[in-house]
Amino acid sequence: MMFVPGNNPGMMADAHIYGPDSIMLDLEDSVTMAEKDAARLLVYNALKTIDYGDTEMVVRINPLSTPYGKKDVEAVVKAGVDVIRMPKTETADEVRELEAEIIKVETELGCVGRTRIMAAIESALGVVNAFEIASASKRMMGIALGAEDYSASLKTQRTPGGAELLLARETIVVAARAAGISCFDTVYSNLDDMETFRKEVELIKDLGFDGKSIINPRQIEVVNEVFTPTQKAIDKALRIVAAIKEAQAKGSGVVSLNGKMVDRPVVIRAERTIAYAIASGVLSKEEAL
Amino acid sequence: MAGTLESGDIMIRIAPGDGLKIDLQSSVSAQFGRQIKAVITETLEGLGIKDASVEAIDKGALDCTIRARVTAAAVRATGKDVWKD
Repeated sequence: MMFVPGNNPGMMADAHIYGPDSIMLDLEDSVTMAEKDAARLLVYNALKTIDYGDTEMVVRINPLSTPYGKKDVEAVVKAGVDVIRMPKTETADEVRELEAEIIKVETELGCVGRTRIMAAIESALGVVNAFEIASASKRMMGIALGAEDYSASLKTQRTPGGAELLLARETIVVAARAAGISCFDTVYSNLDDMETFRKEVELIKDLGFDGKSIINPRQIEVVNEVFTPTQKAIDKALRIVAAIKEAQAKGSGVVSLNGKMVDRPVVIRAERTIAYAIASGVLSKEEAL
Repeated sequence: MAGTLESGDIMIRIAPGDGLKIDLQSSVSAQFGRQIKAVITETLEGLGIKDASVEAIDKGALDCTIRARVTAAAVRATGKDVWKD
């Protein structure tokens, strides 16, 4: 998910060329108070006009407690955004308040249920309430960590190893999985240190995150490399899925492959590997059948 | 006033006028000047504005950016609520 300032039309026009899975147009922190109205109009017109293809379009709105939040919701729902990202989410009630605002606009448009919600968790209270937030609405598609504000709320700062984020990251993954939705890691802002960035992406993939937030197209390649399964892993996953299908056809849920037992958790991991391979473009849907 | 002089943007200044007068500066005015003025005119007419003096400095803006910047400048000049009206 690539962050793009909502008041920069040049970046907004070009962002999809680099092939991110999703683009988050930002109306919040990257836009000054004096430009909130103009950025909202830019984002609205960009979403209505620019063909972003299959790229999932997300808009980070201002908090509903500010004078801008409700206007942001109205504009981006009218523009047909896929996902609204709510910043600094601390309670499930905030998600339900956003949902009520979305329903108002969707009812007017006759498209109730179209817009999904992602909640950014950026404080100690947000982490404590992560599962309640993740399961607050059927529209919830994911939760994401916002590490800068979170670190500040812990009265610490970000470190290269990310020890200060470990509990939040694990809590967010567990909450998302318990609620059956996706989870996304925070941004890494130092574009000159790609080595630490790669280590961070490897860490969050191992923790179970579905993806990483990025601030520059240069970071896309690293994320794709880390999340793309190796050919060896893909071949193994395909063999597992084929073996279990054959076993199921014979009425069994367990099979032995190369002397190892293959049961449901192994199959789930294999299916996830195949899904990543397809999403990364290294395996076609036909090959996966 | 709305917009910037950054690449891909357009800066719009709107002042009271008699009829619609558009002063456009653009490095691509020979190729796209007529189109840019048409988008500005259409956007202002959509907002019910027929009398204005518009100064536009274009830096290669897409039509959607022109619409957004003209609307923002007009809203700031008139106080019109484009989301409700």
